[in-house]
Amino acid sequence: MTPTPTLSGSFAPAASLVELNYRKVIARAIADEMATDPRVVFLGEDVGAAGGAFKTTEGLHERFGERVRDTPIAEQAIVGTAIGAALMGLRPVAEIMFADFAGVCFDQIVNTLAKYRYTTGGQATVPVTIRMANGAGAGFGPQHSQPAENWFLNIPGIKIVVPGTVEDLYGLLRSAIRDDDPVLVFEHKNLFALKGGVPAEPDDRYLVPIGVADIARPGNDITIVATQQMRHRALQAAGQLAGQGYAAEVIDPRTLVPFDYQTVITSLAKTSRLIVVQEGPPDGGWAANLIGRLVAGNFELFDAPPALITSDPTPVPYSSPMEDAWLPGTDRIVAEALRLLAY
Amino acid sequence: MTAPAQPQATASAGGSPPSAGELTAMLRRMHEIRFFENTVQDWFSRAIVRGSTHLYQGQEAVSVGVTAALRPGDTTTCTYRGHGTVLAQGAPLDRAFGEILGKANGLCHGKGGSMHLTDFSVGALGSFAIVGAHLPITAGAAWAAQLQGTGAVSVSFFGDGAANIGTFHETLNLAGTWKLPAIFVIENNLYGEYSPIASTTANTRLADRAASYAMPGVRVDGNDVVAVLDAARRAVQRARDGHGPTLIEAMTYRQSGHSRSDPAKYRPAGELEQWLACDPIIVTEQHLRRLGASDTELAAVRDQARADVDAAAQRALSWPDPDPADRLTDVWTS
Repeated sequence: MTPTPTLSGSFAPAASLVELNYRKVIARAIADEMATDPRVVFLGEDVGAAGGAFKTTEGLHERFGERVRDTPIAEQAIVGTAIGAALMGLRPVAEIMFADFAGVCFDQIVNTLAKYRYTTGGQATVPVTIRMANGAGAGFGPQHSQPAENWFLNIPGIKIVVPGTVEDLYGLLRSAIRDDDPVLVFEHKNLFALKGGVPAEPDDRYLVPIGVADIARPGNDITIVATQQMRHRALQAAGQLAGQGYAAEVIDPRTLVPFDYQTVITSLAKTSRLIVVQEGPPDGGWAANLIGRLVAGNFELFDAPPALITSDPTPVPYSSPMEDAWLPGTDRIVAEALRLLAY
Repeated sequence: MTAPAQPQATASAGGSPPSAGELTAMLRRMHEIRFFENTVQDWFSRAIVRGSTHLYQGQEAVSVGVTAALRPGDTTTCTYRGHGTVLAQGAPLDRAFGEILGKANGLCHGKGGSMHLTDFSVGALGSFAIVGAHLPITAGAAWAAQLQGTGAVSVSFFGDGAANIGTFHETLNLAGTWKLPAIFVIENNLYGEYSPIASTTANTRLADRAASYAMPGVRVDGNDVVAVLDAARRAVQRARDGHGPTLIEAMTYRQSGHSRSDPAKYRPAGELEQWLACDPIIVTEQHLRRLGASDTELAAVRDQARADVDAAAQRALSWPDPDPADRLTDVWTS
């Protein structure tokens, strides 16, 4: 597949939009898929009667009845049950309340879900979507704040999406539910208040394809790649750089597996300078991986060493001053950009 | 550990006992599994196959008895000691051999191997190499049946060792709460890998656990295919009637070691011999004799099974290996 990146703001199908925040758009996306496909079912802890621990799934149980099912606090059973239902032709959406809890069901995700099709020589189709509240910055402490997407990066067989806007969460979650392969959807809980526009009525033109990056801001001088909360800090940094006469191009990959390398390579061919910003420790992550692959495969495109901006190699601290310092800030991105631009 | 008590059927009698024809079909399937496993054991011992394998000799009556109570559309999951279960459900002998040999025409095209025999066409949703991982898969298949109103039942087979891993509790609690049409069959062969059950399990009467999940718990003689079939039929009926899951503890014995590399020297003297005396094939033949079968007829069933297994093995051995490029397929649907 040759992905064509979208350009934020250039995508405007004719439909009347309603404003929703990142929290509310989750129930809307699930409802739109449940309404159009009776095979879609939804299960998780407190997702039904309580409307979700983060109130992200309010109204679904009332509207769709037994297709929305509250489970025991039993993450292995949640994921395994979703897998078994998928084998029988359903399209389950499973919620893992905090992405950190993926540790509890890591085996089901890594050893069963990701490998089922392969292990059975293609007999199994496992269209399971797992949604998880992800990331730091909201004061939840070391076991409720981890950006967990990198844990799954080298497990072939699962797709990973990391939407950073309301529009992308709506479009990618719907695409994930429609996908015949397993998809992990990481919803950043520090973006819940972010606002955006989605169609007033279900509209397939607002699906966002998995594996296609978004050029969040075009520019010719330096490429900044970032996801979720870091996308927004990269955009802030780009605004500050514009004040100093530099045009930064901000790319949000939106999907980590499969990764849209081509959009980044095309940008790098134009800018010759690359910064990758990742929430989370530096090693074993998509950001270092992206830099490694581009240096190995596209060395001639660089006019300066690539910069890797990440969190510290520590657990996520609780106290605000420490947690704020743990997260890469806009000032770090601006400083690194200016260093590379002067290189 | 002292030698175990002789297994006793505690399931009360009921329903119509299997006819001679049904019993003969079950005996034949048990022979096929036995000869299949003997062949696999021979291949591994002679290094014709790499890796490891986990054999089912001695436990045949459990899978054969339970799957005899199922109908098309019902599904099973089982463990890496699962050759017998997948064959009991009707997977072809040659393609099962082919998978263990890593052939392109194996059940899983050589991607899974001995621990992953799977045949969706007969409802065998898979053999799982992680202890206990398949229990929630069965819950999911049962949930789908409940939602779709198909009347299908899903059965999970697992060892006494798996009764001590977290998925057992998570899945049985969920299945009991949701009243899923599921059956959980413990193949209690008295050993979890190398360890006798009493050294790892506080209450070795595993059927007792059912009370915690508000489902019936039944302990049966797992070497008596008639007792197993009877218990399975009751559980299937209960599930189809919407009354929820059943836990069946089938008392049986693993006649071989845990895996290829285990000679099972930890077994107390005389234990194996005691269990060989109530080998499930012998027990089934005794049932058939009481129904009038002659030694000649019983020998013919055995010999036909052996001939079929041998022919299937020869076919599988003759099949080509997969193209190395095939390793790249089946990761994704497209």
